[in-house]
This record gives sequence, structure tokens and C-alpha cells, in this order.
Amino acid sequence: MDIFAQQLVNGLVLGSVYALVALGYTLVYGILELINFAHGETTMMGAMISLAVIGALFGVAPDLPGIVIVLTGLLVAIPSCMLLGYGIERVAYRPLRHAPRLAPLITAIGLSIVLQNVAMLIWGKQYIAFPTTLLPQGRHEIFGATITDVQIMILVLTVTLMAGLVTMVNRSRLGRAMRATAQAPAVAQLMGVNINAVISATFVIGAGLAAIAGVMVSANYGQAHYHMGFLLGLKAFSAAVLGGIGNLTGAMLGGMLLGIIEALGAGYIGDLTGGFLGSHYQDIFAFMVLILVLTLKPSGLLGSKSVERA
Amino acid sequence: MNVLEALRSKVWLSAGLLLIGLLLLPFLVEAGLGKSWVRILDFALLYIMLALGLNIVVGYAGLLDLGYVAFYAVGAYCWALLASPHFGLNLPFWMILPMGAALAALFGVLLGAPTLRLRGDYLAIVTLGFGEIIRIFMNNLNSPVNITNGPQGITQIEPVSLFGFSLGKTQEVFGLTLSSPHLYYYLFLVCVALVVFVSMRLENSRIGRAWVAIREDEMAAAASGINTRNVKLLAFAMGATFGGLSGGLFASFQGFVSPESFNLMESIMILAMIVLGGMGNIWGVILGAILVTMIPEALRYTGDLQRALFGQVYVDPADLRMLLFGIALVLMMIFRPAGLLPSKQRKRELAEEAP
Repeated sequence: MDIFAQQLVNGLVLGSVYALVALGYTLVYGILELINFAHGETTMMGAMISLAVIGALFGVAPDLPGIVIVLTGLLVAIPSCMLLGYGIERVAYRPLRHAPRLAPLITAIGLSIVLQNVAMLIWGKQYIAFPTTLLPQGRHEIFGATITDVQIMILVLTVTLMAGLVTMVNRSRLGRAMRATAQAPAVAQLMGVNINAVISATFVIGAGLAAIAGVMVSANYGQAHYHMGFLLGLKAFSAAVLGGIGNLTGAMLGGMLLGIIEALGAGYIGDLTGGFLGSHYQDIFAFMVLILVLTLKPSGLLGSKSVERA
Repeated sequence: MNVLEALRSKVWLSAGLLLIGLLLLPFLVEAGLGKSWVRILDFALLYIMLALGLNIVVGYAGLLDLGYVAFYAVGAYCWALLASPHFGLNLPFWMILPMGAALAALFGVLLGAPTLRLRGDYLAIVTLGFGEIIRIFMNNLNSPVNITNGPQGITQIEPVSLFGFSLGKTQEVFGLTLSSPHLYYYLFLVCVALVVFVSMRLENSRIGRAWVAIREDEMAAAASGINTRNVKLLAFAMGATFGGLSGGLFASFQGFVSPESFNLMESIMILAMIVLGGMGNIWGVILGAILVTMIPEALRYTGDLQRALFGQVYVDPADLRMLLFGIALVLMMIFRPAGLLPSKQRKRELAEEAP
């Protein structure tokens, strides 16, 4: 039972990260019906930028409280990534909005390559360590599982952000404009919605969430790497599809579920297959889930929209 | 001599000149650029085969496949396992090559069958996941039973050998001394010619037109009596066959395979070849394959350029080339979305769509 509870906790923490990144995919898809392939790299950039700031600040003023240093890193990473998200949309997607559907996919892949290599040139090929000593080190026992302070912070922050996002989309003026654009861009435009601004805002919000997710994942694992965005992005996309792409609640649910599936799968795959497959197969679960969902129920768990175009 | 005959003789003349040029190419390249470029030339030919295979799936049938490298891997591992000391097997190539191709075709159908309903981006993601699953399995199938030897890969793979004439070492042919890359060049050239021939014949065949019909409008195609399921599966199987064939040749040429050769980047590269060259157009795809193979190699020389300009090397050229490649992909899509040599049909479509 201990393993089960522990993997459940790990899965929830992992799922929080997936969910935040998945929200970025789903927001953009809901409005443009386009997979923002460079989104994973935005997450990576968030992690790298925050680590660079944290490292620099720690070097200059090691006496500052750890949490202040980490928060500063986060507060630098978020606007940087927002700017990046805005730039990605302007460079790779806006010129191609009426092009054949393959074209934006290729520019997105091209941009991912560019971002990865820029990160590699700036920060090198080695893993960068997150100074975990800056954050509280407490460990708590619940139901036989250990949960760290960092993990609790991740969970609380994720829930807060999700609540904030849902309120924003459902209540605010911008949120209404976003929903209108998603439903019928031409009509929304006639009603006075500035579509380009709404699309930019969508990318910016997604990128901000990705930056936070990037910091979370590097704090949780204690490291960051220029290549980390790729697999993370793919898994988060799988999570978005699992929940029903274009659906906010679906992305959150899908992210959490995928995190739990992965953690439990990695914990039990050895027992289930009689030791034939080990926990290093962890990465295949996301893809298995993706393939199963897309073949059995392409609209996802909560997606109601017809997926005719898919 | 009338005009028609004159024209025909001209075609034969240029075809003959092209053939002579292709036969002499490795010697010219070796003399002009050095020995390593003959190997690069071989790889360019391999990639032409791969790109033409993917072109069937993406260019003709319009099924965006981002896991194409999986079939390449299946072909390569099939050869590696059946002709290396790993299992102590050494089957002749005329047995392995068809087996690898058939196995790859089977995998193509396996991938195609559950994804028949999907189109566009979704299909891209699922195929991508499929490619990654294959790679993860290759990486980990070394315990408890050692099948693929894990991340270390399989070494000492037998070269292609026919009646005791091995392409793996330097041979004397008609008084000419030909090294292994030269010999493989001619083998690959024959294979490329074969693949080009098959592609050309397919393009205007009943099946080829069915593929294009599905690409343009699947529902209309079905309404016109095309069995879309079978025709789509055939596209996957056909593309995978070419992939498996190239994979086997790659394993024998390289003498070594490991999962690292079959990562997603490779799939993206092959897709980039098609898109840059001009999807659906055989000559465009060939041009794309040559450019994408050669340009990153040529960009290695940016080190010399940096030294000439700044007096020292600031950025490792190997790191720089992927960056430049990514930028090229983006610019290409923005300024010439139909590729360098677009197929006639796509050209027409783009002209229509332009506002």
C-alpha cells in the first residue's frame, strides 16, 4: 500500500506540471485549431531562465531568504516566456494563418529546433542543478507516503493558477473575447473583438503557465536541461488530448490523470509483466494513452466538440 | 530526321550524360572535396530513398507521418540481428532485405490500422508516439532477454556480399580500385533508380490517383468508390517498405546500429526534405533530400569562416548547424510554403487559395 500511496503523490505532482503545460496547448488549440509544437520549448526556456536568475542572485546575495531568490527567478521567467510566446505567434503562426495546415506545423518544429539550440549555446549541454537548498526541506507523512514541502507548494500553486484561469476565461472581458473567437472568429470580429490581440493574449497566457511549470519541474527534479522541453511537451499534449483538446477542465483532468497513470505504471509495470518490462518504460505510457484515446474516443474524456477535422 | 526523332535523340543524349555524370560523381567528389564526402554522398542516396518512401505517405496520400523513422529502424534492426555475431547469424542479403522490407510493411499496417480515422495534426502526433515507442523498446529490450543490446546497439554487422564479392572492403573492378563507400554508392544508386521508377509508376496509376483523391477530400473519394481503408493502409505499407529497405542498407553500410540513429529528429529531417523540396514531386523530394543531407555537412565549414572573420571560433560549428537548419525551416515555410520544386497540383492550389 505504501508504494501505491507514494506513487499517487508523485503522480499528482507530475500531473500538476503536465496540466499547466497542457492548458497552454488546449488554449491555443481551442482558438486556432493548431498544435503549438514549440510550447514544450517555452517550458524549457522558463526553467532555464529562472535557473540562470536564481544562480546569479544566489551568487551575488547568498544571504537573501531562499524563497525570495526562487520567486525572483520565477518572476523574471514568466514575463520572458510571455514575450517568447508572443514572438512565437508573430513569427511562426501569424504569417501562415491561411496557409495549408502542414505549414505552421513545420515552422513550429523549426522554432523548437531553434529554441533548443539557442538554449544549448547559452547554457551548454550539461544538466543544470537547481539549488534545492533554497526551498524548504520539510517532509511529511500522509497515508504512508512521503510528501515534501516543494511538492505541496507545487500542488497548491497549480490549483490556485487553475482556479484563476477558469475564472478569467469565464468571467473577464478578455475571457469572453477568447470564447467568442474560439466559437466563430469571423462573427467575433464583427462584434468588435480584436482577434489578433486575443490570439496573442492566448499565446502569452499559455507561455506564462508554461514558465511556471518549467520552474516547478526543475525544482521537483532538482535539474534542468536544454532538451527537457521536448518530451515534457509531448506528454502534456497527450494529457490535453486525453482530457479533450480545447477543453480547459479536460486539460487539467487529463494532466492529473496522465501523471498518475505514469507514476503508477512505472511503479507496477515490473510486477505486472513478471519483471520482463521495468520502470525505464515509464515514457511509453503517455504515448500508449495518446494512441488509445485517439483511436477509441478522439474527442477525449470531456471533449464534446465534434473532431471532424482531426 | 523529323522533329520528334530529334527530340527523342536529345532526351536519350541527356539521359546518357546524366548516367555518366552519376557514375563518375564519386570520383569527382573524392577528388574535389575529399574522401569523407563520398560517404556523405552515400547517405544522401539513402535519404533520397527514405524521403521518396515518406513522400508516398505524406505527399501522395496526405497522411502526415512523424514516426517514419520507426520503419527505417525495423529494417535496420532486422538486418543487424540476422547478419551479425549478436545472434551468430549470417543470412545472405537477398534473404534479409526482403524480410526487413516485409516486416516494415507489416509495422506500417499495424500503425495504419488503428489510425485510419485520424487526420492532420492528430495523425502526426500518434505516429510520433509510435516512433518513440519503437525507439524506447529498442533501447530497453536488452534485459531480461538480450534482443537489441540496448543503448549500445549492435556492432560488426555484415556488409552486403554477393557471390563472395563483399562491398565492405576495397575491391578491384576492371582495373579500378574501389573503396567500400564507392561500391555502396553504386549499389545505392541502383536502389534509388528502382525507388524512383516505382514512385513514378505509382504516381499516375490507379492507386496513385486514389491516394491523391483521399488527400484532397476523403469523403468525396469514398463516394467515388475508392476503398479508403485499403488504399490508406496500402500507402502506409508502401512507404514503410521503402523505409525498411533503406534501413537494411543503412545497417549494412554503417556496420553498426543503435537506437540513437532512429530518434524523432531523424523523422523530422526526412519530413523536412519533402517539405523543402516540394511535396508530392519526385524531383523536388530528391532535391530536398540532397540539400538537407549536404547543407548541415557544409555548415561544418562555418568554423573556418568564423576564424577568417573573427580570428577565432566562437561557436562550435556542429552546434550551429542545427540552429541554422531550424531557421531555414521557418523561413522556407513563410516565404515558399510549397517547396523549392512544387508539384504542379500544389502550385495550382496555392494560387487558388491566395487572397
